[in-house]
Amino acid sequence: MRLRNPFLAPTALLMAITMLAPLAIIVVYSLLTRGAYGGVELPWTIENFTRLWDPVYGIIFLRSFWIAAVATALCLVLGFPLAMFIARSGSRKNLYLSLVILPFWTSFLIRTYAWMFLLRDTGILNSALQALHIIREPLPLLYNDGAVILGLVYGFLPFMVLPLYATLERLDASLLEAAADLGARPWDTLVRVTLPLCAPGIRAGAILVFVPCLGTYLTSDLLGGSKTVLIGNLVQNQFTASRDWPFGAALSLALMAIAMVLLLAARRRGEEML
Amino acid sequence: MPDTVLELRRVSKDFATQRAVADVSLEIPRGAFFSLLGPSGCGKTTILRMVAGFETPTAGEVWLNGQRIDALPPYQRNVNTVFQSYALFPHLTVQGNVEFGFRHKKGTDEIRRVLDVLKQVRLEMKASRKPSELSGGERQRVALARAIVLQPDVLLLDEPLSALDPQLRKQVRVELRDLQRRVGVTFLFVTHDQEEALSMSDQIAVMNGGALEQVGTPREIYARPRSRFVADFLGAMNWIDGIGVRPEAVSICQSPTKTGRKAIVTDVTYLGSFCHIAMTLEGGEAILAQVPPGSAIQAGQTVCFTWNPEDEVRC
Repeated sequence: MRLRNPFLAPTALLMAITMLAPLAIIVVYSLLTRGAYGGVELPWTIENFTRLWDPVYGIIFLRSFWIAAVATALCLVLGFPLAMFIARSGSRKNLYLSLVILPFWTSFLIRTYAWMFLLRDTGILNSALQALHIIREPLPLLYNDGAVILGLVYGFLPFMVLPLYATLERLDASLLEAAADLGARPWDTLVRVTLPLCAPGIRAGAILVFVPCLGTYLTSDLLGGSKTVLIGNLVQNQFTASRDWPFGAALSLALMAIAMVLLLAARRRGEEML
Repeated sequence: MPDTVLELRRVSKDFATQRAVADVSLEIPRGAFFSLLGPSGCGKTTILRMVAGFETPTAGEVWLNGQRIDALPPYQRNVNTVFQSYALFPHLTVQGNVEFGFRHKKGTDEIRRVLDVLKQVRLEMKASRKPSELSGGERQRVALARAIVLQPDVLLLDEPLSALDPQLRKQVRVELRDLQRRVGVTFLFVTHDQEEALSMSDQIAVMNGGALEQVGTPREIYARPRSRFVADFLGAMNWIDGIGVRPEAVSICQSPTKTGRKAIVTDVTYLGSFCHIAMTLEGGEAILAQVPPGSAIQAGQTVCFTWNPEDEVRC
């Protein structure tokens, strides 16, 4: 411990400056009044928080949760077989793992733009289908919830696959043999042994996907168009077009509080299982 | 003719670089405690895994109760395994582990059987514990209970005592033997420990390099080994002019005799209930004798030793 502390100091300092300080600023801003041209002014007020109870924002929160939940579920459904495949592919594991993280080599923004080129009315997909005379009018692939979920699943799938892979890789193969030996068919073994023992990985992956999806603004902005307003976009709007920094600060604090409650609930559930 | 429950017919198993099991034929009588004995890598565990269904034979057939099973998946074979590492499900309680095999058919009869088996292995008070809260011996008993509760035709045991400490191991040997007699299930027991195999088995098959060396009762195997390998593997053996004599069959006289052979004592090891006397012949061959602990023989002494011709082993 004594040796480790000095080496931790730079990290601790960085965290204090880049995390705690901005957080403190957000808290202070959320309790002030909006300035006429952006910024904040006195007097102190809690009005920004009481405004959160307006059903308009409640609906946006619910929509954000719904989209994040669907994206997380899809990541789990797609990621689990993939993680299982990688964990069982012996010497090729490292190759497949690097393929999973390959997309990180380019910017998320550029990759999201690439999806726009694929999905828009004159995009590759619609053009190809039209050229093949499968459809006459372009399909509405872009600027809807489906496109947002697609973009989120695409972007965050690696965050689900990696923790799942880590738990599956450590799974004692003799437990799977024992299950088969006791009469469990492969599907039974998956449900009764593999999935319960992978719960920590599933939980970690779900948190790593759900939390950033909840606060997303880039994906929903580019792929969802003006129809899909999520909390992230709402916060962004307060600091830009609406020039209501205190309300934007209150919104982001509310988002953080909800995410934190969910994390704690997930952790408590994890402790119960152990 | 005894009733055979499990039969291996000319079974071989090749892995990528080596032949693990070479043309093994075995018949295991119903209700027997049958051991597969051999050094590590001799193919005994591979045989067990082929019976369980985790490996498919490269050649040959496996028959269980008159049905050919070598192509069936593990979950369709009425055999159960006690794994070397026990392989208990860490997320389930003791009871959950023991009930695991009853998933789709848990009636009053099954519930009664689970309780009954838990009682038999003295774990009824710990039914709601998790495996991580149990001692090594208790875990071993859970693994056993989980397998016998399904009333398999053959119970496969893969070195189930090797993870226990030596003191406990001897006690568990007796318990396991008692349990097998009480329940009447056929045991196919894999071990590399000759003492374990000798003390528990009705029959032993000794294996070496993937092939069967000899099958017989413990007494036959120990006293009438058919090969040098078997003779040496089952216990210390002196080889004198091509004849094998066990250390306990050697008797030592301190004065020269007509029939005896002369040797110089090089070492005396006191082992509590007996002494080991190490000697060398004139030709330099080493001889080991096991004598009562009260013996006055000392290192450096020249002695005469004899043995009863009945105890000779020729192979």
